[in-house]
Amino acid sequence: MEEIVILSGKGGTGKTTLTASLSALIEDKVIADCDVDAPDLHLLLNPEIKEEKEFKGGYRVKIEKERCVECGLCRQLCRFGAISEDFIIDDFLCEGCGLCFNACPQKAIKMDIETAGYIYLSKTKYGEFIHAQLFPGEENSGRLSSEVKNLARDIGIRENKKYIIIDGPPGIGCPVIASLSGADLAIIVTEPTQSGISDLARIVQLTQFFKIETKIVINKYDINFEMTEKIEEYGKRKGVEILSKIPFCEDVIEALKNKMPVVEYSKGPASAEILNIKKKIFG
Amino acid sequence: MVITVGSGKGGTGKTLISTSLAMSIGNVQFFDCDVEEPNSYIFIKPVIEEEIGIETFVPEVDLSKCNFCKKCQEICRYNAIAVLKNKVIVFEQLCHHCGACIWVCPNKAISEKKVKLGTIRKGKSDSIEFFEGRLEVGQATSPPLIRELKKYIEKGKDVIIDSAPGVACPFVNAVYGSDFVILVTEPTPFGLYDLKLAVEVCENLNLKKGVIINRSGKGDNLIEDFCREKNIPVILKIPFRREIAEGYSKGLSLPEIDPQYKMEFKTLFEKIKNL
Repeated sequence: MEEIVILSGKGGTGKTTLTASLSALIEDKVIADCDVDAPDLHLLLNPEIKEEKEFKGGYRVKIEKERCVECGLCRQLCRFGAISEDFIIDDFLCEGCGLCFNACPQKAIKMDIETAGYIYLSKTKYGEFIHAQLFPGEENSGRLSSEVKNLARDIGIRENKKYIIIDGPPGIGCPVIASLSGADLAIIVTEPTQSGISDLARIVQLTQFFKIETKIVINKYDINFEMTEKIEEYGKRKGVEILSKIPFCEDVIEALKNKMPVVEYSKGPASAEILNIKKKIFG
Repeated sequence: MVITVGSGKGGTGKTLISTSLAMSIGNVQFFDCDVEEPNSYIFIKPVIEEEIGIETFVPEVDLSKCNFCKKCQEICRYNAIAVLKNKVIVFEQLCHHCGACIWVCPNKAISEKKVKLGTIRKGKSDSIEFFEGRLEVGQATSPPLIRELKKYIEKGKDVIIDSAPGVACPFVNAVYGSDFVILVTEPTPFGLYDLKLAVEVCENLNLKKGVIINRSGKGDNLIEDFCREKNIPVILKIPFRREIAEGYSKGLSLPEIDPQYKMEFKTLFEKIKNL
């Protein structure tokens, strides 16, 4: 089983558009959306939810005033400055590490684990689809991304699938690292803008740091040929293949507004190029 | 007044709008809190005057003192430390630098190993004081760096913050303590879905907010209907225009692409102050 993760560094370059279309074109796969805090792939795949699982990622830590003797040990130990002088825990600053809970000699600190989101196992016309929704503002998106991925792996192994196709989150932080770990190939979708190039360099540095094979797709390459050339030079310098250049195409936005993968919406130039990507990687 | 620009969905134009606003009004402190992928320097073009390394620590285990009791593994809420038969593995990317393992170790076998978390870059461009956080590639947790960066906010000054996309902890840390949040969206189902999530965070934190529709045109009603229902003002619309996309690709802000935007953003700033 091969794991292919679609990433971008910069948001809004076309990760989900590409993932949805590849999901429609490739057979014998499990689809996963590891962007758990702002997931969008489900909007294009029209899933029917078969199973729903709580994600236990949240925590609420509280000091019980009746038991607290204000010895100050918790304040002294907390690295996040989350405990105020009058011994109230700031939910925003608290990282839920549990050090105060474990250390309190009075056992005056309570720690509850709470549901912080849901994981969904869904059916789509393109195959099985694992996705999630972290409650807005919650932490632990990296762990939820890992759980989505692990569930997709379990299903893939059980049903003897050939591929797992993963839509990743933007950035280079914990949920990206979680989506990336153990992948066989990272496809980085970028755009020919100054911001695109700046972000590309950081995400490629990350995939190379983890020694994961990386290929670049330049989306909307024809909006700035000079920048496209710069990305091509960059790829050469770093030994990263430019897998494809997708032209700007109105059909992509129209397909999105109609909530469909673009390859199913039209046979336009963007769809044709995505079909090329499919042939190059998946035969 | 502290204004944060966020979006939920990535690539809707946060950085273009935050930098255009700062460059139009001037005399502001600008903070790039998208520390994973900071881009505002491309538009503001500051002269960097100082770079400050920000460090954190990860546990380092002295095996000669370790008796493999697994207490560190048990206390760690992030699965960042694993004790094997005669080996202890630290997964630095999972570590939240809380120090619980160090505290719990009965043999004092764990110490702090300093690692670089990121860099804060300080600079100037005309009347803009520029501050940027830049997470070290390979580091997973951006909130501590965002918090360090925001310590440079001076009370009484006008402040513009560019946030990371998404609605999880990087966004929450950027937006926390703001007087107003500008949520930038686009008139697509993705834009709407992620806008709803970002609005929910702002509501939970009790923050005032307004929406900017970027690449506005056909389909705006999708966003406008939602905003009306939620009673959130649509404070600006930026139409889809090829010259904006081209200017953006070269690193130009809106007032540089079309000078009329300077006035638009000045008016917008006054409007926000009065909301």
